[in-house]
Amino acid sequence: MNLALAAQINSFLAALVLVTAFGMLVQKRVYGLIHLFAWQGFFLSLNTAIVGYVAGKHHLYISSVLTLSIKVFVLPYILHVLVNRLKIRRDVETVVNIPRTMLIGIALVIFSYHLTSPVRELSTLVTRSTLAVALATVMIGLLMMITRTHAVTQIIGFLALENGLFFAATSATYGMPLVVELGVALDVLIAAFIFGIFFFQIHAAFDSLNVDQMARLKEGE
Amino acid sequence: MNAHRIIIEFAQIAVVLALSPVFIGWVRMLKCWTQGRTTAGLFQPYRDISKLFAKEVVLAENASWIFRFTPYLVFAVTVLAGGIIPILSAHLPLSATADVIVLVALFAIARFFTALAGMDIGTAFGGMGSSREMTIASLAEPAMLMAIFTISLAAQSTSLSRIVQVIYTAGPVLKPSIAFAFIAFILISLAETGRIPVDNPATHLELTMIHEAMILEYSGRHLALIEWAGMMKTLLFMALGATLFFPWGIDATDTVSGASLAFVFLIIKLAGAGVVLVLIETGLAKMRLFRLTEFLGSAFLMATLGMLSFFILE
Repeated sequence: MNLALAAQINSFLAALVLVTAFGMLVQKRVYGLIHLFAWQGFFLSLNTAIVGYVAGKHHLYISSVLTLSIKVFVLPYILHVLVNRLKIRRDVETVVNIPRTMLIGIALVIFSYHLTSPVRELSTLVTRSTLAVALATVMIGLLMMITRTHAVTQIIGFLALENGLFFAATSATYGMPLVVELGVALDVLIAAFIFGIFFFQIHAAFDSLNVDQMARLKEGE
Repeated sequence: MNAHRIIIEFAQIAVVLALSPVFIGWVRMLKCWTQGRTTAGLFQPYRDISKLFAKEVVLAENASWIFRFTPYLVFAVTVLAGGIIPILSAHLPLSATADVIVLVALFAIARFFTALAGMDIGTAFGGMGSSREMTIASLAEPAMLMAIFTISLAAQSTSLSRIVQVIYTAGPVLKPSIAFAFIAFILISLAETGRIPVDNPATHLELTMIHEAMILEYSGRHLALIEWAGMMKTLLFMALGATLFFPWGIDATDTVSGASLAFVFLIIKLAGAGVVLVLIETGLAKMRLFRLTEFLGSAFLMATLGMLSFFILE
């Protein structure tokens, strides 16, 4: 596989990651969100493996397999079980309407492109152009956490943000050291379990997972 | 010197005129097969049009010149668009005079006059259809231009024949921007030609019709011209998609024999496009009118992402 072809596949996968990020931003159903999240993880792990091959960094294969197992199978499975147990069937409410969210998302992509263009000039890596996409994925994950009022979708937004960070590490420096990546993967896994426990607690206390209900926690009124 | 180019130009316009009812017949035939119905045959649209030409025109009492003028204008503009898009050859004489922005504007003129004619008679349906059509147009047109600009960026020109030549010589490469523009183009084509997730061409149900509501008052040869122009528009969008994104097989050698080979490829491509169109139409249900902003918004999003990924990733 020559370098030009690898760079082409790399940028194509980056584009797919961006599409899934936007897909999550506009998706209204919880199951659809979980599926899109799994797809994003899949593209990410594929991309990591290709970068590992091109750069000759073999530890990236391990993080690719780690991403594949945790973000494509384990986390979506946990979320699926949670959504089933908590019986979330309805559409997810958004604070801002969807076309407007899309426009904000586009603005974020332009912003991240502008922000990373100096880095792009300095870097010599094959993956330098995908850094803007990685930053945009982080920002879109953040935007998703802001515009959604449901606890489960906020968590998916958080996980998407983490995907973006992982992607940024891969494209900026050919991945973090393996120890760090193992630690982060374990953290995300533990976080998912803790989220699950929290969901049940919130559900038991408020009978709903809508975070607007948290306003009732204020004292002295 | 350029005699053969002019011959190819006229041949292409004749092909567009003659092939569009067959293409619509092919789409209807496939649709009948997927739904387990008996088909009316490939040439039924021809019979429909010739029947309409034979019937007399019934005009409303207060119809103004706009109402009588619109069918001819819509037909002429669509034929002109058929002369601009490089379908058979990449070296069309008309294609050099008008670029892709003019093409979008031509379709916009046709749409504008159809909407005016819908309101001209003063019936409730006409006004409703015009209002809906303009709502869709205001969302579809920016997305269409955005998708086209993405391809123009790659080709560094807005001239259609130049774009085709650049993509043709580049060969099949995996470019995210072109892929995004293609997805956006599919979504916009469905909206512009009034196919199922946006509008149902087969219905006359008052709550859902959009394009049919505008032309409800037309009859006789007026209706025949408008129907024929609608068929050509569908064919032209499919052909435009085929030339912009899959130009292989088009005549780049600038000869008559090359153009006749391109005709064979065109038929294969259109047959494939018909299958895709019917698969989309059978798989989806018509959307509520108020969800169209999301549908066309995602088309705009795709086109913009295509443009951004041209700058970011290529």
